[in-house]
Amino acid sequence: MSSVPVISLRDVTKVYSLPAGDVVALDHVSLDIMEGEFVAIMGPSGSGKTTLLNQIGSLDVPTSGDLFIAGKNIGEMNDDELTDMRRDTIGYIFQKFNLIPLLTVYENVEYPLILKYGKRDTTGRPIELLKMVGLEGPMLEHKPTEISGGQQQRVAIARALVNDPKILLCDEPTGNLDTKTSKQIMDILTDLNRQGRTIVMVTHDPETATYAHRTIVIRDGRVDP
Amino acid sequence: MTQNVIFDLSVRNVRRHFLRSILAAIGIVIGVIAITSIGIMGANLTLSVTETLSANSDTIKVSPGGGPSSGGGFGGGGGSGNDEDEYISEDQFRDIVQAASPNTVIPVYSESDTITVGDLEGRAAIYGLDDTDITTLITVANGTYLKSTSTALVGPTLAERYDLKIGSRIKIGDEDSDEGTSTVRVAGIIEERGMTYDISTDNAIVVSDRWFTSVYGNEGEYDEVIVKLNDINDVDEVEEAIDNQLNRREDEVTISDASRMLDSITSSLSMIIYMMMGIGAISLLVAAVSIFNVMMMSVTERTREIGILRSIGTRRSVVRRMFLYEAFILGVIGAVIGGILSVIIGYTVVLVMIGTTAYFFTFDSLIYVPYGIAVGIAVCVLSGVYPAWKAADLDPIQALAAE
Ligand SMILES: Nc1ncnc2c1ncn2[C@@H]1O[C@H](COP(=O)(O)OP(=O)(O)OP(=O)(O)O)[C@@H](O)[C@H]1O
Ligand SMILES: [Mg+2]
Repeated sequence: MSSVPVISLRDVTKVYSLPAGDVVALDHVSLDIMEGEFVAIMGPSGSGKTTLLNQIGSLDVPTSGDLFIAGKNIGEMNDDELTDMRRDTIGYIFQKFNLIPLLTVYENVEYPLILKYGKRDTTGRPIELLKMVGLEGPMLEHKPTEISGGQQQRVAIARALVNDPKILLCDEPTGNLDTKTSKQIMDILTDLNRQGRTIVMVTHDPETATYAHRTIVIRDGRVDP
Repeated sequence: MTQNVIFDLSVRNVRRHFLRSILAAIGIVIGVIAITSIGIMGANLTLSVTETLSANSDTIKVSPGGGPSSGGGFGGGGGSGNDEDEYISEDQFRDIVQAASPNTVIPVYSESDTITVGDLEGRAAIYGLDDTDITTLITVANGTYLKSTSTALVGPTLAERYDLKIGSRIKIGDEDSDEGTSTVRVAGIIEERGMTYDISTDNAIVVSDRWFTSVYGNEGEYDEVIVKLNDINDVDEVEEAIDNQLNRREDEVTISDASRMLDSITSSLSMIIYMMMGIGAISLLVAAVSIFNVMMMSVTERTREIGILRSIGTRRSVVRRMFLYEAFILGVIGAVIGGILSVIIGYTVVLVMIGTTAYFFTFDSLIYVPYGIAVGIAVCVLSGVYPAWKAADLDPIQALAAE
């Protein structure tokens, strides 16, 4: 763990404008996450955890305030730059796995590589990563709907890692999995963090949060002191 | 998965909804068939008309009067050239001979009259020609040339209609009129000539000029004069010479040739064909709507998928391209099937409507196949533009939240 913040929020506010009125999902949030840190984000439902993760994941930009990812200000980027940031710097793991149904397990993992380099993989990296998360053999030719939830989440982890991102964001990665499978997934994430990857994980489960070095609690869009 | 993963995703999506895709493509198939086979038919019609009329390009027709140059219907019809007041006089004829020298100049008497064969009565064009001119202009298919003044040659269509044989008698003229009737005997049946620019003999009776003037009078007052050129390249030169000779002070005669008529026929033909293709294009418009519909359905159904693609780093332009590829694939499937079918259908239509497929496998005719295919694909891709743009513009977070 270093003392260089890889993620840095300064007074980040996110307001959703709805016909019924504005919803302040993040309210002047300031925080730093250092390179190599494993941070858990907790808080009640609707407190703004996913919103925070989406800002860090450059899926969305703050209404006001500054957000730096790997030294770059998200607020000043155009859509293509944000997209490339998601492709190259961030690995996103979702609660609902979010694999591409038209592609096989192997192709799902290979896809971000093709996006980045414009050609099919020749390095064997997808196979390597799939092996690391415990998937190999004929399974790799299956479509996502043909494998179990735990297996899908492993594929999602392999996919998130394929472009060697600095930051791994996980939104309730074990939310749809049983205890045993959850533990396996958490072990993989712990390993990845030990190898130096920064991980930010949203969770509802205090048990899961114990894997992290630090827990940030969010309430009504604000960081609990 | 190929190199182009995006194209591959489009192919897979088309395959995932195979039936729906095929149904959408059927519209394009029909549209392409409509415009392509109409185009092919038009090209074949134009080519066959051009060919027929080009065979007449050695003919110049001189008609009496200074009417517009378009005067005289197709084939110099027996009915139209015999205005009582207008004729080409012997003097004018001699001037034409002089101007057109050394080409052959044929004076033609023509009349339309009642004819009676047995119980059958009707009207027919009657041409009076000099014996030598008859041998120049006409080929007898059956029988002989005129043997005496009271014999006649008949066109094949007329012969068939009245069941005329060699030796059959035709009564010419109206029994109640002052002139009374005269009878001719069929000496020969004329070979079918189809579309011709000089005189239309298929449905006419050709008699000697002596017989003609003895029945209708007006000797030396010709209804038209035909110039047969030795060299078709002399058309303009000869026409100018005749024009200088006769039309210097006032327009005495109208000079026309097949090329001018060819121009007007082909231009009106192509206008009709374009109009028909325009109507055919309406079916493409309907196809465009159905493609648009399928593409919008595809965008809606795949909203979440688009969200996933965007969230892991797929640029807007790539998503847009993915949907345009999908429209393109549908277009290619529909248009190529349509193109192939329109060759078959076009061939049949040409065979039935024009009667000859001699011009079918020519560049001018088959060019409509790639042309139709290209239009079909273009229509498809254009219908996909808005859905593709809509897909690319989805907000990643909202798209991910979709079910
Ligand atoms: N796209 C949106 N449009 C409008 N309001 C939104 C949107 N996304 C989130 N919100 C609102 O912002 C607030 C924070 O939502 P967020 O999804 O970040 O909560 P969360 O902490 O992740 O909750 P949960 O634990 O249930 O996932 C909520 O009040 C929510 O209604
Ligand atoms: Mg959430």
